[in-house]
Amino acid sequence: MKYSYTAGQQTWHFENLAEVMAKATPARSGDRLAGVIARSAEERVIAQMVLADVPLKQFLNEALVPYEDDEVTRLIIDEHDAQSFSAISHLTVGDFRNWLLSDMATPEVLEGVRAGITPEMAAAVSKIMRNQDLILVAKKCYVKTAFRNTIGLPGHLSTRLQPNHPTDDVNGIAASILDGLLYGNGDAVIGINPATDNVAQAIKLMKLMDEVICKYEIPTQSCVLTHVTNTIECIEAGAPVDLVFQSIGGTEATNSSFGFNIATLAEAQDAALSLKRGTVGNNVMYFETGQGSSLSANAHHGLDQQTCEVRAYAVARKFNPLLINTVVGFIGPEYLFDGKEIIRAGLEDHFCAKLLGLPMGCDVCYTNHAEADQNDMDNLLTLLGVAGCSFVMGIPGSDDIMLNYQTTSFHDALYARRVLGSQPAPEFAQWLARMQIMGDAFVLNDALPEAFARSLNALPPVAGQH
Amino acid sequence: MKNNSTGVVENPWRRLREFTDARIGLGRAGVSLPTKELLEFQLSHARARDAVHFPLDCDGLITAIEDSEVINSRVSDIHRVHSRASDRMEYLQRPDLGRRLNEHSRSLLQHDISSPESSVSSEHDLGIVIVDGLSSLAVQQNIVPFLETLLPQLNEYSLAPITMVEQGRVAVGDEVGELLNARCVIVLIGERPGLSSPDSLGLYLTYQPHVGLTDAARNCISNIRPAGLSYAEAARRTQYLLDESRQLKLSGVNLKDRTQDDVIATVSGNKNFLIS
Repeated sequence: MKYSYTAGQQTWHFENLAEVMAKATPARSGDRLAGVIARSAEERVIAQMVLADVPLKQFLNEALVPYEDDEVTRLIIDEHDAQSFSAISHLTVGDFRNWLLSDMATPEVLEGVRAGITPEMAAAVSKIMRNQDLILVAKKCYVKTAFRNTIGLPGHLSTRLQPNHPTDDVNGIAASILDGLLYGNGDAVIGINPATDNVAQAIKLMKLMDEVICKYEIPTQSCVLTHVTNTIECIEAGAPVDLVFQSIGGTEATNSSFGFNIATLAEAQDAALSLKRGTVGNNVMYFETGQGSSLSANAHHGLDQQTCEVRAYAVARKFNPLLINTVVGFIGPEYLFDGKEIIRAGLEDHFCAKLLGLPMGCDVCYTNHAEADQNDMDNLLTLLGVAGCSFVMGIPGSDDIMLNYQTTSFHDALYARRVLGSQPAPEFAQWLARMQIMGDAFVLNDALPEAFARSLNALPPVAGQH
Repeated sequence: MKNNSTGVVENPWRRLREFTDARIGLGRAGVSLPTKELLEFQLSHARARDAVHFPLDCDGLITAIEDSEVINSRVSDIHRVHSRASDRMEYLQRPDLGRRLNEHSRSLLQHDISSPESSVSSEHDLGIVIVDGLSSLAVQQNIVPFLETLLPQLNEYSLAPITMVEQGRVAVGDEVGELLNARCVIVLIGERPGLSSPDSLGLYLTYQPHVGLTDAARNCISNIRPAGLSYAEAARRTQYLLDESRQLKLSGVNLKDRTQDDVIATVSGNKNFLIS
C-alpha cells in the first residue's frame, strides 16, 4: 500500500505504515528523541489524514515489526480472532473512530469485537482521537477481573496500596499499610516495590503482607513487584504468592532486556494458579507498562513509543491479568516532557488497553525533573476517573520515599470517590464498613477502629512524644 | 482522633513515623490534605524543582575547592567544560547530548594533554569528574566535604586534574577520563531529586573509561548526603571499589560491592507491629 496525500500543490509521501503511525502521533519528547516525530505540525495532521484512510485489514497484512523477528508480532497475528473482527473488518481507521463513538458500539458490542482488534489498530485509532473521545469510548469498555475481590465493575475505582520503604523495614512498611487501610485504600492490591531485589527479601515481604491480610481478614491480594523469575522461585520455596508481577514491553527485544519472554510468563502463571489462593476469581497476573520503555532499551524498531506501548498489551492479554497499569510519568521528561504530554499518554494507554479488554489502571505520576506538578496529576486523576479507570496508586502523601517520584495519595483516591461517586471493590467496601473505617458517602470514621487501636496501643510509648 | 474547630481530623497513628519517613498520619480536612500538610508538600516540591533548574555555581565551587587545603594539596588543576546540551531545556529532553563534551571542551582537554608543561601528559590512576546532573544543590553542598573525607584515603592513587562538567550526564565521565589518560574515573553527579532528598549526590566508578560504555560497566554509590549515606561511609565504599577495581582490572556488574552484605541482617527483624 502507498501512503501519500496531496494538499494543493504539495504531495506528502510516507515510506510505510510505521512512518505514518509515528508521524500521526500527538507530539511528545520521546518520539523526538527517537527521530520519528513529524517534522511539522502540518505533517502531523497530514499523517493523521493518511492514517484515517488506512483499512483496518491493512494492519493484518503489514506487520510493523517483522513476524520472523519478534514473538510479540507472532502472538498478535497468530491469536487474532477473525470471527470477532468480521464486525469491523470493512472499516478504515477513520471509520473505526466514528463507529466506536456511535450508538452502535454498546458495551456488549465492544466486548464482542475485542479479540478482533490488534494493538496496532487500537493505537492507530487513538492517534486520531481527542482526549474526550478516548474518555468516552473507554468508559463503554467494561473489564471485570477477580481474585479475592472484584475489580473493574462500572462505577468502581480501586487503589493499589504501595507501602514502599527505602530499606524494606517491616515496621516502616506496616506503618504505611495501616495508614492506607485507614484511608480506605488497598482493594486492587497491596503491592511493594522491594528496595533489595532478591528471593529471600521477596519471601519476607510476601509473608508480612499475607499475615496482615489473614489477621484482619482483608478481601484483597498482595504482590511483591520483583522479577518474574524471582517469583517463580518464591512459589517453589512455598511462599504465599497471590499475584505474579512483571514489567512488560511491546517488542521481544524489550522483554529480553527485561530478562524474560512469553514462555517465562506462562510458566509463572501456571505456578501461581497451582496455589489456588484466589477466592472469587483466578486472575493471578499483575503487569506494568509505560511509553518509552522500548526506546530506552534500544528495542523500538523505529516505531513511535505509543505504538510500542500498545503492543505490550498483547502480551498482557494472553495472561488474563487481575491488574495492569501504565506508569505514565515515571520514565522522565525525555519521553514525556510535561503535564500535557503525560495526561495525553495516560488517556491513550487507558483507552487502548480497555478497548483490548484489559483491566487498565494508571500510576498517575511524575518525577521532579518533568515539567509537571500536583495540579497536572489532579487533572489526569479526574479525567481517568471519568473514563472508568480500573485503579490508581495510593501512597502516603503522594511521596514514594523509595522510588523517589510522586504518585496519587490515599487522600487523592478519596477525592476521586467523592467527586465521581466511584466505589471500591464491593467485597472490600463491605470490609471497610464492617471494620468501621469508612461508611456511606465516603465518610471516614473520626475514631480509630478497634482492631487497629489494639495494635497501636500495644506499641511501647515513643520517647519524647505524648 | 482529635477534631479541631477548623474541621481538621488528626491521626493518632502519626506516631508510627518513628518507623518511616513516609508521609503517614497526615490528618485530613474532610478527605483532603490539611493546609499545613499541603504547603509542606509544595515546599518540598519547590526545593526539588529548584535543585533541577538552578545552574551550578561553578566559580563558587572552584573557589571552595581551592580554599580547601586537604583537596588542594592533592589536585593540580581544575578544568571547567560543557556537554553538547546547550541549556537545561535541551539537557532534559536529550540525554544523548549530555553524555558527550562539546567541541570546545574536547579541544581544551586535548590541548592540555599535549602541552609540554602539562601534568596530564602521563597516565593517571584516577580522574575525578564533577557533573551538575539533575541536582546542582547536591553538587554545591556535598562536593567539598565529601572530597575532604575521600582524598586522604586515596594517597596511593595519582590524580588527574579535576574536571567540572556543566549540563552533563553520568557517561560524560567516560569521554573526560579517556582524554585525560585516566585508568579509572569517578563521576560525582547530582542525582534525580526526590521530594525529601533534593540534595543526593551519586558516585559512579568506571575502569578504563572510553566513549561508548554502558551502565553495565559502572559501579554506583547513591544517596550521598548528610541525611542519607554519610561521607565517611560513602568514602569507605569508594575506596573498597577502587581497590577492587584496580586489582581485578574491571568495573561494573562483575565487580560486586561486598561492603553491604550485612544489610538484611540489620533491619528490624521479621515481625511488625500489626501482627505481634
